Amino acid sequence: MALLQIAEPGLSTAPHQHRLAVGIDLGTTHSLVASVRSGIASALPDARGRVLLPSVVHYREDQGVDVGYDARACQTQDPHNTIVSVKRFMGRGLADLPDASSLPYQFVDGPGMVELQTRAGRKSPVQISADILKALKIRAEATLGGELTGAVITVPAYFDDAQRQATKDAAKLAGLNVLRLLNEPTAAAIAYGLDNASEGVYAVYDLGGGTFDISILKLSRGVFEVLATSGDSALGGDDFDQRIFCWMLQTANLSQLSDSDTRLLLTHARTAKESLTEHEEALIQAVLSDGRWIELTLTQDLFNDMTKTLVEKTLLPVRRALRDARLQVGDIKGVVLVGGATRMPHIRKAVAEFFGQTPLTNLDPDQVVALGAAMQANVLAGNKVDDDWLLLDVIPLSLGLETMGGLVEKVIPRNSTIPTARAQEFTTFKDGQTAMAIHVVQGERELVSDCRSLARFELRGIPPMVAGAARIRVSFQIDADGLLSVSARELSSGVEASISVKPSYGLTDEQIAHMLTDSLSHVKDDIAARKLREAIIDAESLIATTENALQADGDLLAGEERSRIDNAIAALRSAITAQATVAINQATSRLNTVTGDFAAARMDRNIRRALAGQKITDL
Amino acid sequence: MNLNSDYFTLFGLKQQFAVDTAALDAAYRQIQSQVHPDRFAQASDTEKRLALQWATHANEAYQTLKHPISRGRYLLQLAGVDTAEEQNTAMPTAFLMAQMEWREAIEEAQAGHNVSQLEKLSAALHDDSQALIEQLADCLDHHPDLPQAALLVRKLRFLDKLEQDISDAIEGLLF
Repeated sequence: MALLQIAEPGLSTAPHQHRLAVGIDLGTTHSLVASVRSGIASALPDARGRVLLPSVVHYREDQGVDVGYDARACQTQDPHNTIVSVKRFMGRGLADLPDASSLPYQFVDGPGMVELQTRAGRKSPVQISADILKALKIRAEATLGGELTGAVITVPAYFDDAQRQATKDAAKLAGLNVLRLLNEPTAAAIAYGLDNASEGVYAVYDLGGGTFDISILKLSRGVFEVLATSGDSALGGDDFDQRIFCWMLQTANLSQLSDSDTRLLLTHARTAKESLTEHEEALIQAVLSDGRWIELTLTQDLFNDMTKTLVEKTLLPVRRALRDARLQVGDIKGVVLVGGATRMPHIRKAVAEFFGQTPLTNLDPDQVVALGAAMQANVLAGNKVDDDWLLLDVIPLSLGLETMGGLVEKVIPRNSTIPTARAQEFTTFKDGQTAMAIHVVQGERELVSDCRSLARFELRGIPPMVAGAARIRVSFQIDADGLLSVSARELSSGVEASISVKPSYGLTDEQIAHMLTDSLSHVKDDIAARKLREAIIDAESLIATTENALQADGDLLAGEERSRIDNAIAALRSAITAQATVAINQATSRLNTVTGDFAAARMDRNIRRALAGQKITDL
Repeated sequence: MNLNSDYFTLFGLKQQFAVDTAALDAAYRQIQSQVHPDRFAQASDTEKRLALQWATHANEAYQTLKHPISRGRYLLQLAGVDTAEEQNTAMPTAFLMAQMEWREAIEEAQAGHNVSQLEKLSAALHDDSQALIEQLADCLDHHPDLPQAALLVRKLRFLDKLEQDISDAIEGLLF
């Protein structure tokens, strides 16, 4: 029997337009894009039916860019211009890359983040990642048949602010509207939890190509609450390849390899590792560029032995996360394995032994993160789903400030539920002092030098007073993407101290605009047209949400306020008709302003209704 | 309901130290399900900003009421009593002596790399804290004595710091 469709009272009765939204897993070795179609999340394949896109970018001699399998095929012949595992460089300086010298790239220590010298010029990891994301965006739009409303991009839970910011910048550069940065283990939990209708405390063990995460989540009645997360943002399947590679060098007595031979042997190392998942031993045969023939046999036992320390290294964050969640191993109801590297039998064995139970592997460990991200994207884009859910995630690393003597004072502890904010008051040290330097760091160590520098900024314009009289309140806000912003105010005089945040990493909007201009000039796209299109999309979406709000809660408005909003909508409509980008943006911001009080009143009503134990839909 | 409402009102709870944690959890989730930024991913910038403020506020409120020390401190603050934990470190001599003994025991266990001893100390400390929390409940809910309650919050802050130190010591030895 067909189900009758009944519209929610007060809401538009027009059939709901399905908005195209995707989840993207931007992985170290593979990336993929998934979407919810007809209520089911699935990964979107390329023209040849392959869902995984190798995270490899090749800058060709003819100025073209290849991404994926074609790029991967070039890594041996053209290692300098073929970038693999770029995720490892996101938000990282040269000093953060211990194995930089063994990689076949020409690194340039850019401002805050390394850059790679290629034939296409200096490329930042943000630009290279954007090339991967663009390829997935094109795939998605071709498969889904339309422009995307937005995307959820996943990041390792243990990514710090700089790495998250870099990821978001890359997505913006690729022309994606980022609905949310979602932690990879949390995305996996969504896919698993909803699939199995689970309740209780679960651990997600996520060993990807270059990162390791462990998250402990409580699932109950549609709420996914992350209790603790930990990990290692520089530990993954690549390290297992590296161990095999080192063993090959030793055993075959090789030294001073050319970059292309290095890449060749690393590829063989990877193939051997994958083969050992199914077989007792792997035969490695390779011809080096000077004609030397290499033939080696790697047994599973030998491999397990040489990578034992890596497996143990993953169990430390697991213990730490359990401690932080104040739980024992016995409290964990299920363990979910995520990431291609968890296919290795000795990883599975170690995890099973640690938790005393067989881990869940019924969803493809390569796809589960993208599937969860697609489900979240579908909800965030505003498509109706049968059973809604709520995600409560945390920040992985503590946020602190530099104090006297290079020590860190923690402001926001790790595993705080986001969004979160904390204000800290400072005072002046000298009479008449009018400026103050503030250094924000992320990490658990006591010394500033052991933590990651996030931002340095100066508070200026403090009114001159005797030492200790000024009271400066600095507010730190971490949003739902896990990203930090800072604002400051002098309290005793009421003077708003000016603030200039210099992110140690991350890009300014102008830098992104500049990169965008650069990349667009290559494909001769019209920037003005793109800006107009974006302005119209924003404006139309604002009009739609405002009108829905007016239908649902219009009774909250007095006649005068109502007509102000109606006028602002009308003005925005005529700006859209006139196709004038600047006027549209101004009218959008005007409509945003005049709906401020209305939005606050609606929020108040919704909270009251929620507390009264009634769902909005029941009213 | 606005961002200046007190935390108890926000969660529809009675303003007292004894808290029905199940009701607190449920109210927190109800509110987050209304105000969380994920509910406003397609909304106007104004609504997004509001959602960020509200969700932050709800998290802060929940954390404050969930933990006994911060809940006690908050109740005192609502009653106009500043616990002044940073400035007022004057403590009864017996309490300070006990503190020194705790510190020595922690240092000894740490020097001996004795994690299980540290775990034992942590458990013992937890019991001591529980006893103080019961006294705090009494001073706030049953036989109101706010100065005494403020002293108990300050004492609990000391014990909390000790527990944190033990935890750091264990982490230092394990990781």
